[in-house]
Amino acid sequence: MSGEMEETRTAEEQQEMEDKVISPEKAEEAKLKARYPNLGAKPGGSDLLRKRLQKGQKYFDSGDYNMAKAKMKNKQLPSAPTEKTEITGGHIPTPQDLPQRKTSIVASKLAG
Amino acid sequence: MAGAGGGNSDVQWCFSQVKGAIDDDVAEADIISTVEFNHSGELLATGDKGGRVVIFQQEPESKNQPQCRGEYNVYSTFQSHEPEFDYLKSLEIEEKINKIRWLPQKNAAQFLLSTNDKTIKLWKISERDKRPEGYNLKEEDGRYRDPNTVTTLRVPVFRPMDLMVEASPRRVFANAHTYHINSISVNSDCETYLSADDLRINLWNLEITDRSFNIVDIKPTNMEELTEVITAAEFHPNQCNTFVYSSSKGTIRMCDMRASALCDKYAKLFEEPEDPNNRSFFSEIISSISDVKFSHSGRYMMTRDYLSVKIWDINMETRPVETYQVHEYLRSKLCSLYENDCIFDKFECCWNGNDSVVMTGSYNNFFRMFDRGYRQDVTLEASRENSKPRSVLKPRKISTGGKRKKDEISVDSLDFNKKILHTAWHPLDNIIAVATINNLYIFQEKLN
Repeated sequence: MSGEMEETRTAEEQQEMEDKVISPEKAEEAKLKARYPNLGAKPGGSDLLRKRLQKGQKYFDSGDYNMAKAKMKNKQLPSAPTEKTEITGGHIPTPQDLPQRKTSIVASKLAG
Repeated sequence: MAGAGGGNSDVQWCFSQVKGAIDDDVAEADIISTVEFNHSGELLATGDKGGRVVIFQQEPESKNQPQCRGEYNVYSTFQSHEPEFDYLKSLEIEEKINKIRWLPQKNAAQFLLSTNDKTIKLWKISERDKRPEGYNLKEEDGRYRDPNTVTTLRVPVFRPMDLMVEASPRRVFANAHTYHINSISVNSDCETYLSADDLRINLWNLEITDRSFNIVDIKPTNMEELTEVITAAEFHPNQCNTFVYSSSKGTIRMCDMRASALCDKYAKLFEEPEDPNNRSFFSEIISSISDVKFSHSGRYMMTRDYLSVKIWDINMETRPVETYQVHEYLRSKLCSLYENDCIFDKFECCWNGNDSVVMTGSYNNFFRMFDRGYRQDVTLEASRENSKPRSVLKPRKISTGGKRKKDEISVDSLDFNKKILHTAWHPLDNIIAVATINNLYIFQEKLN
């Protein structure tokens, strides 16, 4: 009985080893997991899709902004970060964080 | 074998034109986001990230140069969409033109649909080459005449003027999509069209802007259960009741609008069985279909996923009838392509006029053509280095093994920022439009 189980385990291990050698995809997966050990097991699942659906979310809330302004009466309001970073977490967005979107009055260079 | 849309084995492609700025510093607004020929091939439209549409018109063939078909020159350009901010949802709405689709021509004017993430617009492009002159109550410069000075009457006449091409928005189809629109498709009935976002597909009448019918809804009641999204949709070219939509899981559903008002139950499900042993972290991501296109005949449809192009017979759901590898050598680079987000690039694909050849883009400004009949494929490059007029494009080769032959390019030296996502094939002739990030290349078949 135990002899059979040992055989199965070896076969499975062998299959895994073969996979790493045969499949470049699996080798790439191993590389990714090595760099990001906390990567979720379900890659195509909810997280990725929800990120895709939420494209464009800017999180500017005038209520939050005014509350933060009131709290920091004596201090400087947190200034906008110099690089363009995703506004998330505890950082309260300021109007400067929202890029001013204007239409391109410049004509397309394809028409030049 | 020469002739329009003939087999790839004899066709040699020549550089014809390139449009756009030469400098490497690309402004975001200039990134080309869609390319589409109209039904006659006389007009070629492009949309960009800045919300602008540029339409090129083919010059009539000149008798002096029978070796080449007419060149494409700017016909009209206009701002189609503008950036918006949805304050209610704290959502920035990009002006980027996701898709342009032409309506079949019914009168002197041309019509096209252009869409960004949220709003579809119907544009009328019309020519004005005459203007009325000889008014009784107005001077030629527009000032009104004192009626008391009018002693005789004349009939105003139309006189020729310099051609003016005007684009005007005739309909605005707004507020029907909660998620981001990825596709629009005009029905063969020329009265309706569909628009698809990540979770829903709506049916519109071209005349009616305040109402649209939802025909597909895959939003789960609990968003935690979301497993797939709609990636593309298209109407059948001649069956007005049939459309297909593709998903991020690599499946295609064909629906029949005669069956019910809400087409959540598909009529056919096209899915290639997957070998569970080969499944990896990347499997689902690279199986996501980025484009689906019916053949002109309507008998086949083509899908593009990250590494391949598949041709399906609409009568067979179990597996594609043909599979072509676009850049299989990228399979061993998936880890870095995931890290730099390139694995999410959405490549489009297109058919030639007689459905014998298909084309799609790749990286390093390469694009690929697959001849279905002759079972041949070729890799070509869109680059200003090969931009001498009528110079023949030399096929490119990528070296995958250790030893790199002369003229071959190694996988590690490919530029992944130079991606060709959008290509279009003239509906009748061997003329193709290939968009790099900010340039539009036009190639033509070498004619003797």
